[in-house]
Amino acid sequence: MTTSGDITVAGPATPEREGRTGNRRGRINTIVWFVVLGALTLLVLYPLIWLIFSTFKPSSEFGSNSGLLPESPTLQNYVKVAEGIGGTPLWRFFANSLLIATLAVVGTLISSAMAAYAFGRIRFRGVSLYFAAMIGTLLLPFHVLIIPQYILFQKLDLVDTYVPLVIGKFLAIEAFFVFLMVQFIRNLPREMDEAARIDGAGHIRIFVSIILPLIRPALVTSAIFSFIWTWNDFLGPLLYVTSPEKYPLPIALRLYNDATSTSDYGATVAVSMLALVPILLFFIVFQRFLVAGVATQGLKG
Amino acid sequence: MSTASRATSLSTPDAVAAARRGTPSPAGPPPSAQKKRLNRRENLAGYGFLAPWLIGFFALTVGPMAISLYLAFTRYNLFTDPVWVGLDNFERLFADPNYIQSVTITLVYVLVGTPIKLAAALAIAMLLNYRDRGAAFFRSAFYAPSLIGASVSVAIVWRAMFSAEGPVDSGLSLFGIRLGSWVGNVDLVVPMLIILAVWQFGAPMVIFLAGLKQVPHELYEAAQMDGAGPMRKFLSVTLPMLSPVIFFNLLLETINAFQIFASAFIISNGSGGPGGQTNYYTVYLYKRAFADLQMGYASAMAWVLLVVVAIIAFVLFRTSKSWVHYGGDTK
Repeated sequence: MTTSGDITVAGPATPEREGRTGNRRGRINTIVWFVVLGALTLLVLYPLIWLIFSTFKPSSEFGSNSGLLPESPTLQNYVKVAEGIGGTPLWRFFANSLLIATLAVVGTLISSAMAAYAFGRIRFRGVSLYFAAMIGTLLLPFHVLIIPQYILFQKLDLVDTYVPLVIGKFLAIEAFFVFLMVQFIRNLPREMDEAARIDGAGHIRIFVSIILPLIRPALVTSAIFSFIWTWNDFLGPLLYVTSPEKYPLPIALRLYNDATSTSDYGATVAVSMLALVPILLFFIVFQRFLVAGVATQGLKG
Repeated sequence: MSTASRATSLSTPDAVAAARRGTPSPAGPPPSAQKKRLNRRENLAGYGFLAPWLIGFFALTVGPMAISLYLAFTRYNLFTDPVWVGLDNFERLFADPNYIQSVTITLVYVLVGTPIKLAAALAIAMLLNYRDRGAAFFRSAFYAPSLIGASVSVAIVWRAMFSAEGPVDSGLSLFGIRLGSWVGNVDLVVPMLIILAVWQFGAPMVIFLAGLKQVPHELYEAAQMDGAGPMRKFLSVTLPMLSPVIFFNLLLETINAFQIFASAFIISNGSGGPGGQTNYYTVYLYKRAFADLQMGYASAMAWVLLVVVAIIAFVLFRTSKSWVHYGGDTK
């Protein structure tokens, strides 16, 4: 609990800080604040909590027991789900998703950091034009691209490979990450790279040994977002991955959803849960990076 | 966005430094020649570092956009050569009742869902800003849905939550409201997806909260001294100071909302039902292009959307001059 007064002096300024009109009222306000936000948290997280508990319900309980707790808890759903679907084991879908997401992260980090360095630190002809174009792609609806890109990859005989899903990441196609890193690079003091340049270092040296280590927070944020977005992506693999043994999780989930939803809800729910586990783990470990990344993105736009 | 102009202004010190290094050596080649060489080196380095992005930009964005524009005026099924049909696709679009319905529900989804989502985000950001200790936990908890909201898992959960006798239905029946399944109900499936959008209020909330932290405390003190109440302070201090952030959120969330796909697709098993009420723009475009192989028709759809989004962005940027206040010093 905070005591009033001294906090107001020490802490950062917030408009209606508690306790200004007296200790007692401040304390009551604080309690109300915690209760309201606590209730809101429960409401917001309820679908997730419900999902977790539901994975332990036998399939027969869906439709009759809408409450949180299973009447006869069972691990059967997980056991059944581990066998896989249509001859493909579940781990295979996980491995596919992991492979695609890892490639996406590696590609995004390399290509976006390079582009961001060019935009942020090199003064060359056309830089502001390209920068404006990059910002423009941030607002471009992807609809205009899916059909011609599909035709392109189909003509190149790359459908049912992962190339269409990851090639764009190696080409810094996601402007969000370039933008995030440019903002970060611009806020770095220039003295260091200027000193390095006087010592004869070229752009490659400056990029690798000065800029990259300094933008590590932006790299971590980008890596996590890139991983999560690729992991969740549905439209991309829906278009390009056709053989079931190459399916990543979201498409495999659709298989469960279509094939078993009427008869076996428990299995569908269990796979849904398992598909979220990596994201939730990432979130719990890296939440500060993520939240900070989102915040800077908005403030400097 | 103001960043574009900042790009040039921020890179000038580089030029100044380069010029400064050029001048103090009177023995070397004349400054202009040296500058020229330096420029060439910078150009080479710039294009080198930008090469991946440039290739992607031209091969995966600009090129496809041009192809898409061409296809919009053709009939094309992926296997035979495209046939030029002029404006035919566009005429068929506006005579297609399924298209009109798709546009209508997408607009309802965007125009109702986005303001509610942003209002919720701002209200809860202000609530969080009331106190520092403990706020970080709630902020993270509220942000979580934004990360997973577009996933297939959440779409499946949503469908289960809103099915007949599901948690929402049973919860409401405690208050005597019996709606049955939202999923199969023509009137309720759009609200159900709007609720899913509002549920993801965390991302704009985090941005609002960061903006609120930057409002100078003195402004509230000054308002207080002028006898302003909480409402007055909100209208005259908070909203104007937050307007750049509101603008940013409005722009991004509006454009994002147009792109709803996975949740609508999963909830309707790809059919767009019930009664076409989940046949959002992207879902319909996908069906036309990849189920019916009407690539020309779908490309025309894509370009109509692009033009609409461009107009919305243009209007937002234009009107922003009158309601977005960048303080004396933007930073």
